[in-house]
Amino acid sequence: MSSARTKSPFPHRHLLGIAGLIRPEIEYLLDMAEEAVGLSRQVEKKRTILRGRTQINLFFEASTRTQASFELAGKRLGADVMNMAVANSSLKKGETLIDTAVTLNAMRPDILIVRHHCSGAVDLLAQKVDCSVVNAGDGAHEHPTQALLDALTIRRRKGRIEGLTVAICGDVAHSRVARSNMILLSALGARVRVVAPSTLLPTGIDRMGVEVFRDMKAGLAGADIVMMLRLQRERMDGAYVPSLKEYSRFHGLDDEKLRLAAPDALVMHPGPINRGVEISTSVADGPQSLINEQVEMGVAVRMAVLEVLAQHLPA
Amino acid sequence: MSSPPIALINARLVDPASRQEGRGGLLVSEGVIRDVGAGVTRDSVPGDMRVVDCGGDVVSPGLIDMRVFVGEPGAEHRETIASVSRAAAAGGVTTICVTPETTPAIDDPAVVDFLMRRARDNAQVRLLPVAALTKGLHGREIAEIGLLGEAGAVAFSNGRESVRDTQVMRRALTYSCDFGALIMHVAQDADLAGAGVMNEGELASRLGLTGIPHEAEALVLDRDMRLVAMTGARYHAELVSSGMSLDIISRAKAAGLKVSCGISINHLTLNENDIGDYRTFLKIMPPLRHEDERLRLVEGLASGVIDVIVSDHCGQDVEAKRVPFAEAEAGAIGLETLLAAGLRLVHAGQVSLQVLLRAMTSRPAEILRLPQGRLAKGAPADIIRFDPEEPFVVDPASLHARCKNTPFDEARLQGRVKLTLVAGAPVHE
Repeated sequence: MSSARTKSPFPHRHLLGIAGLIRPEIEYLLDMAEEAVGLSRQVEKKRTILRGRTQINLFFEASTRTQASFELAGKRLGADVMNMAVANSSLKKGETLIDTAVTLNAMRPDILIVRHHCSGAVDLLAQKVDCSVVNAGDGAHEHPTQALLDALTIRRRKGRIEGLTVAICGDVAHSRVARSNMILLSALGARVRVVAPSTLLPTGIDRMGVEVFRDMKAGLAGADIVMMLRLQRERMDGAYVPSLKEYSRFHGLDDEKLRLAAPDALVMHPGPINRGVEISTSVADGPQSLINEQVEMGVAVRMAVLEVLAQHLPA
Repeated sequence: MSSPPIALINARLVDPASRQEGRGGLLVSEGVIRDVGAGVTRDSVPGDMRVVDCGGDVVSPGLIDMRVFVGEPGAEHRETIASVSRAAAAGGVTTICVTPETTPAIDDPAVVDFLMRRARDNAQVRLLPVAALTKGLHGREIAEIGLLGEAGAVAFSNGRESVRDTQVMRRALTYSCDFGALIMHVAQDADLAGAGVMNEGELASRLGLTGIPHEAEALVLDRDMRLVAMTGARYHAELVSSGMSLDIISRAKAAGLKVSCGISINHLTLNENDIGDYRTFLKIMPPLRHEDERLRLVEGLASGVIDVIVSDHCGQDVEAKRVPFAEAEAGAIGLETLLAAGLRLVHAGQVSLQVLLRAMTSRPAEILRLPQGRLAKGAPADIIRFDPEEPFVVDPASLHARCKNTPFDEARLQGRVKLTLVAGAPVHE
């Protein structure tokens, strides 16, 4: 596609996952995002890097914050952003994913932002289009921009990622956030733990390069970062865990459990949070919480991703 | 619970936990065994202490019955904590695990708490609630294993019905590992058992009754063993009834799985022929099998494949039993005849007294991780004295259980409990 690719610090046309990226590429994205944070804090936030470019947000799964974040990122870089409300689209009329991709491709977008409830669906779509594709979450597979924004948030607060102990807690089995973070944080030298009841741990987790804890108190001991995951309502009552009450008792983060982590531990959550389930209100709104900062970093990271991918777009 | 000190002397001490047996005595105070052995004699005990001369009777740990139905809450007309406790004390049973098949089921920490409070006020023996494995025992959603365990549930069971959904069973077993919980399960494939009311075979065909094949039990047990291997859970097969099941359990044990196995006293001492002309007191689940099968089960007890004997005590009122066999409720009482019925096997030379008592004392204690069930210094003083030879005829009217549906109605048995101590206090003599 481009001969300059070999020389680019980020030689990929798409961002489909963290897997496959090497440490300098990740760090390059984070450095770019760092600059975008500054831009976003100015009154004049507009740039022109993506002027004339078309960005389509194709969300097959409902999303508020991720979609808004990508939309803002695109607009701040000057792109024309279009949101496809798939719930009302041709997909409801029986069109296959590939047909949708081919149709969209004919409209000549430059960047597609795709979220889909099936793992691998974004990869499949990327094979059928000529533009750049960003995975905004596919099933229980990957959510690369979330992992990048988490890393950026940590790096800005702690000054480093190398050597930190990060406890990822909750529904690891169904979480694309957990998967992307496990790969990314490990690649940057963090010690990653996962903490969950056995029913919410995927098979083979013990061979995925992380330390596994079923007892939250043990898993939190000395952790520098406590990353909570959202537990979907439908998994709370008896299918995977007995009840909301039992889950919050043994796996919810409250002040008491948080005291077991390092004294300067920071708390993160990809949102939206279930107050009183996986995280208590006092922790979510407390001084150790980075939840709102994560949202701000989300826009910056997505601006960086769009900007980096735009380097490979045909002029 | 502290009662005056007491000494039992001149006894035949039988302690399955240490596999020791011999003449001697035992000294109890403040609910705990202070001394035990040949050294405890009339001369060695302080003068002011109550001394019971056992005259050569057996003194052993009190029995631990892992499967007892109590009607509280919801079926107090069938059994109450008070009545079941009197029956247990009379039968030498000092610890009972109550099944979660109450109304409501024991699937909420508040019900566990209710039972413990009721037991504290009304029971003379120790009562341990077994909580529901799934909510409402419906087999669909995992119950609050963590919270129920904290409240005092000793194990988790789905009552008399197997969890039908394999995914639910897998997740329940997986989840239980986080709490080291013991899962107890009655294996019976509901579809294959269908409308069956007794063992499938020639006799059922002659009686015109629908049968339940051995495979109904074996299929679920086989499935469960695979799930146990997959999840690493602690699993206790509550009621096995056939040799086919024993083969499955022995294979699982040989493979190192954390598996144990129980059987009701009825399946060791009765067979399908006892149903005779449609005696509904002999209608139990799983059904009584053929005599060949019973002999294999007795062998299984002797060889140690079977870990535990339970009474599977289940009171059914007259209205539930005085109906045609197919329509009768299943279940039999058994707390007061548990020991004597078991002694039949000893008198017949099929198992030793040690083996019998092991399955009723130390093995259940090990499986449930209880401190009792052994004659040792410092152990809880749950102790019984009995003469294994003393003959008697079972008179339903004299039984303490609220319902009288005993399959040993008018049976000639040997071995009556003369004294039962719970935490050092005499609760039956």
